[in-house]
Amino acid sequence: MQETDTSIELVLDGQPIRVSAHGSVAGALLEAGVAWLRSSPRAHGPRGAFCFMGVCQECAIVIDGRRQQACLVTPRAGMTIERGGVR
Amino acid sequence: MTFPQRFDLIVLGAGPAGGRAALTAAAAGLTVILIDEQSAAGGQVWRKPRAERVPARTDGQHGEGLRAALDASDVTLALGRRVWSVTEGFRVDSLGPEGSMSCVADHLIVATGAHERVIPFPGWTMPGVMGLAAATILLKSESRLPGKRVVVAGRGPLMAQVAAGILAKGGRVVAVVDQMRLTGWLGALPALATQPRLLAQGGGWMGRVLASRTPWLFNHRVVEARGADRVSEIVVTSASGDRRALSCDALVIGDGLVPGTEVPRLLSARMWFDRLHGGWIPELTADFETSVPGLFCVGDGAGIRGALQAGTSGELAALAVARQLGRKTEPARLARLRRAFARASCFSDAVAAMLSGQTADVARIGPDTIVCRCEDVSRSEIDAAMAEGIRDINQIKHVTRCGMGPCQGRMCGDTVQELVALGSRRSREEVGAWTGRPPLRPVPLGDLVGSFDYGDIPVPEPAPL
Repeated sequence: MQETDTSIELVLDGQPIRVSAHGSVAGALLEAGVAWLRSSPRAHGPRGAFCFMGVCQECAIVIDGRRQQACLVTPRAGMTIERGGVR
Repeated sequence: MTFPQRFDLIVLGAGPAGGRAALTAAAAGLTVILIDEQSAAGGQVWRKPRAERVPARTDGQHGEGLRAALDASDVTLALGRRVWSVTEGFRVDSLGPEGSMSCVADHLIVATGAHERVIPFPGWTMPGVMGLAAATILLKSESRLPGKRVVVAGRGPLMAQVAAGILAKGGRVVAVVDQMRLTGWLGALPALATQPRLLAQGGGWMGRVLASRTPWLFNHRVVEARGADRVSEIVVTSASGDRRALSCDALVIGDGLVPGTEVPRLLSARMWFDRLHGGWIPELTADFETSVPGLFCVGDGAGIRGALQAGTSGELAALAVARQLGRKTEPARLARLRRAFARASCFSDAVAAMLSGQTADVARIGPDTIVCRCEDVSRSEIDAAMAEGIRDINQIKHVTRCGMGPCQGRMCGDTVQELVALGSRRSREEVGAWTGRPPLRPVPLGDLVGSFDYGDIPVPEPAPL
């Protein structure tokens, strides 16, 4: 598979954001300076990706309209990401 | 929905243990399916590196070797699939990009690996705080840094690997905050020297970190992470109580590894508490068979022993399955594998000792500290439940909701069991572990059911009156 350094544009909470296209959505956002992904359901504390291997579920956010773990999804141009909307 | 496919053997987990098991069984002429959640084989330790950017490394080559061998083998690869149910018999249900799939086999080898133990401290839920294993994934698989100024903390050789990895990519390590004393490392040297290649690798990481003049704070620990929407500062303390703040934008921290034992627990295999090898693990025969006939557990999920022994355990279990299915196996090969496994124990037990759960770390958790990240349950809430007389670990979960969130207790389970043991003055054996329950992983109900019309639902003929 050809992997390149292309930067792509995602839509994060309605705003365009440029990230590099490889790896995971969680990794790409972190590299772009976005660590906060959601608020915890009870204490509303800030949360971000924690285990990066699909175990902790901290990065479960709405990607392209479905609740998905950002550490298990590959970023694609035009992908819509809504942070914090998951209870 | 398709009918369940039948195989001689189902292997769960495509790391060094499961990969070797599947290859061995296929070479013995068995029909094998290998299922893993990740889209490439290799597990966490041999995770597929990002092409082009990552130079070929020794452990990456092991991963490449495994992936090439699997591609060339008769093993049916089911990658990128999430297993959500395993039932007796054995039937495994999974969900992948092409929808749900069921398969059945009389033999099941579970090689589901381990996950990280992070002992809670104030601020460990803050964005920018992540596991040591998480940082290795970012570095190896995504070729990305965890932050611009990173503090590396916790226990064991993974700290050296991560710190050296960050430096190699041109990143900055503010400090390594090591819970162990220097004498602890030196004391382990004779045992570590039994695997000279691995010792040299670990020594190389540590040497490169020290040569970069990165402060390595032995006998120190992180007591707090502070920040608004991302960690901006951490507080560390020495054993004598000297505190200082370190400015950073990422904290990677790990207090060892916990075996992933959901499947043997779900199938009611007999378990025992082995603190050295990570906690609750299944009782196993010399062939790695559990108390449930036909169910085998190998690799770190059967006790933390590392990649070296994972492969050997996978091969031994697969050969046992082949024997049970009437294939011949060479006794000399078995003897050689058993010797190799025993020989590697000296090294792996020394590392496992660094990675095992420490009661004192858990005893120090403050009352307001969040223990269960998913449900925001603090230590004081767990203590309050115990003060009301609740001692059963499952009841603690029902009353406080700790362990009931989407991670299904994987992040807090070991800590909560230790807290309940401490609070009720009982052993971990007496306290036990949470009952395993399906689904093994959260799955969207809609994906499980699939799309169908009412006409597709089979309606049985009404019974004649």
